[in-house]
Amino acid sequence: MKPIGSLRRIGAMTAAAMAAGALLLASPALSQQQGKLKVGLMLPYTGTYAALGNAITNGFKLAIEENGGKVAGREIEYFVVDDESDPAKAPENANKLIKRDNVDVMVGTVHSGVALAMAKVARDNNTLLIIPNAGADDITGPLCAANVFRTSFSNSQMGIAMGKVMADQKKKTAVTITWKYAAGEESTGGFKETFEAGGGKVVKELFLPFPQVEFQPLLTEIAALKPDVVYAFFAGGGAVKFVKDYAAAGLNKTIPLVGPGFLTDGTLEAQGDAAQGMLTTLHYADGLNNPKNNAFRAAYMKAYKSEPDVYAVQGYDAAQLLIVGMNAVKGDTGKRAELVAAMGAAKIDSPRGSLALNKGHNPIHDIYLRKVEGKENKYVSVAVKNLTDPPRGCKL
Amino acid sequence: MDVYSFLIQLLNGLQYGLLLFLVASGLTLIFGIMGIINLAHGSFYMIGAYMAFSLASLTGSLFMAIVVGIVLSVTLGIVLEWMLFSRLYKRDHLEQVLLTYGLILVFEELRSLIVGNDVHGVTVPEIFNWSIPLTATLSYPVYRLFMSAVCIVLAVLLYLLIAKTRLGMMIRAGASNREMVASLGLNINLIYRLVFALGVALAAFAGMIAAPVSSVYPGMGTGVLIICFVVVVIGGIGSIWGALVASLLIGLADTFGKVLIPEAAGVVVYVLMAAILLWRPEGLFRRV
Repeated sequence: MKPIGSLRRIGAMTAAAMAAGALLLASPALSQQQGKLKVGLMLPYTGTYAALGNAITNGFKLAIEENGGKVAGREIEYFVVDDESDPAKAPENANKLIKRDNVDVMVGTVHSGVALAMAKVARDNNTLLIIPNAGADDITGPLCAANVFRTSFSNSQMGIAMGKVMADQKKKTAVTITWKYAAGEESTGGFKETFEAGGGKVVKELFLPFPQVEFQPLLTEIAALKPDVVYAFFAGGGAVKFVKDYAAAGLNKTIPLVGPGFLTDGTLEAQGDAAQGMLTTLHYADGLNNPKNNAFRAAYMKAYKSEPDVYAVQGYDAAQLLIVGMNAVKGDTGKRAELVAAMGAAKIDSPRGSLALNKGHNPIHDIYLRKVEGKENKYVSVAVKNLTDPPRGCKL
Repeated sequence: MDVYSFLIQLLNGLQYGLLLFLVASGLTLIFGIMGIINLAHGSFYMIGAYMAFSLASLTGSLFMAIVVGIVLSVTLGIVLEWMLFSRLYKRDHLEQVLLTYGLILVFEELRSLIVGNDVHGVTVPEIFNWSIPLTATLSYPVYRLFMSAVCIVLAVLLYLLIAKTRLGMMIRAGASNREMVASLGLNINLIYRLVFALGVALAAFAGMIAAPVSSVYPGMGTGVLIICFVVVVIGGIGSIWGALVASLLIGLADTFGKVLIPEAAGVVVYVLMAAILLWRPEGLFRRV
């Protein structure tokens, strides 16, 4: 009986040892793969920007699905907050994600005011933040941080590109018009910078208080100034109304109206004939023919039964950027420095073309010149190849 | 600025001023005659604009929408006066502010529930959807001229109503001494109810007729409310004539401010208000 007993004991010992060995072997893997990767999506799901929030979410999840539903081997757990595009609620919402849900990364948002608050909370808590839309220059300028990234654009980029295109077209004089708020002033400021560097002159900068839409006095002023071109920044309902009023005043017959893509994106249905032939600049366009974009559009169509837009692309790229960073550290979010460095150096194959980040973690990408034809913003040419705006005031 | 564009800007300013007058006249009437500070007045403008949007998409015609909208807004005015405002006459201004501020929140929330938070455009009726060429580069949309004409007609009618009719006489009498009018055997409650309904209808009508030009968006009532209080304060509280002059003044100041000093466009009207109040603290005109 005894030998059998000792045999048994040995057997038990071996089993225990093997189990312990397995544990030992597994332990580095365990510390790496701390279960699921927690992703906090803080986006607008109600209100004016609800469609944008949903498109970004769809794009983000599509990229994760294409990556096998995991990031660097870790499953994803989503925590979703509707930010309501309300800057007043932003700090509380962001803190909820970080303190209560303990998210590893925050993704958001559309509204610049909310994004600025999120960036502050992210800096204070050293939480990873990827911004898939909000274009406030400051986020990747004076307020830049190692842990804050942007996969969309900055407001001045579209103006910079259009200013160059108009100067190249030998336009001599221009008038800019926008709401008196940060996004508008950044956009028209970018236009002024390159248009004047190219030999043009901005003869007048017109403003009206946000979100007023009484354009008539300003249109009259534009008619009196007779510039060669008008650069306008408006979005949503204001964009619809401005383009229509501009045409109703007969100005479009003699003075071309140009602007950032937001002037004619998602608004063409409402603008109708008034927008035909307009030139705009954006980092995405209808009819952009590259293999990645074609594959992306087909996959998005299949998954969501609707056409993707620029916002879906930005969400998609936010996930791609996260995947690059997480792969570099094999899923270990503890290795923050390497994770951030890998994300900063990422070269992403985006549906928009190639995407990299500058020192302030703002996109370097091609900006396209587009022309309104029917219900589409048709690709015309590359306005500026690999446009990068200097991260002014960023101390990274 | 050459003479041509100066004249066109003048037209723009007057046109904006006339529209303001429609809203502000109701506000000043309700305050001057009934002694009620009505913060919800901007909401009536907003309700008008949203009615124009909803009813025009239902009926397919803006004019149809306006006719139905006027009936609805008069009804709303009568119901509100009967249920809420009639209880406020003897109370102090603080309680009036409390109730009418509450109404703003209620109306905004209802708007959000019924129509949603999106910005909507209202199409200009086909017969006015063309422009008159003024200069080589600029045409003027005919709908704007039509709007101004309607505002002028209404201003004249309002003046005739208050100054020349028997009802106007009763309204003016009620404004100066409520008890005396009542003891003369006139139904003062009915007169007040009519005045209130008239004020609501004027604001709603302004919202409806302006909808194609201003578009329809959340919070549009608040902006109008603030500027209308400026008009009432400048014009002299309770004075219709003052409201007209002040509206035109504000319209012109805002228009030329936007063009001449674009960086400070938002503050021009408030600077004007401060200057006028320093000069005449009671406003340009005291009660008619």
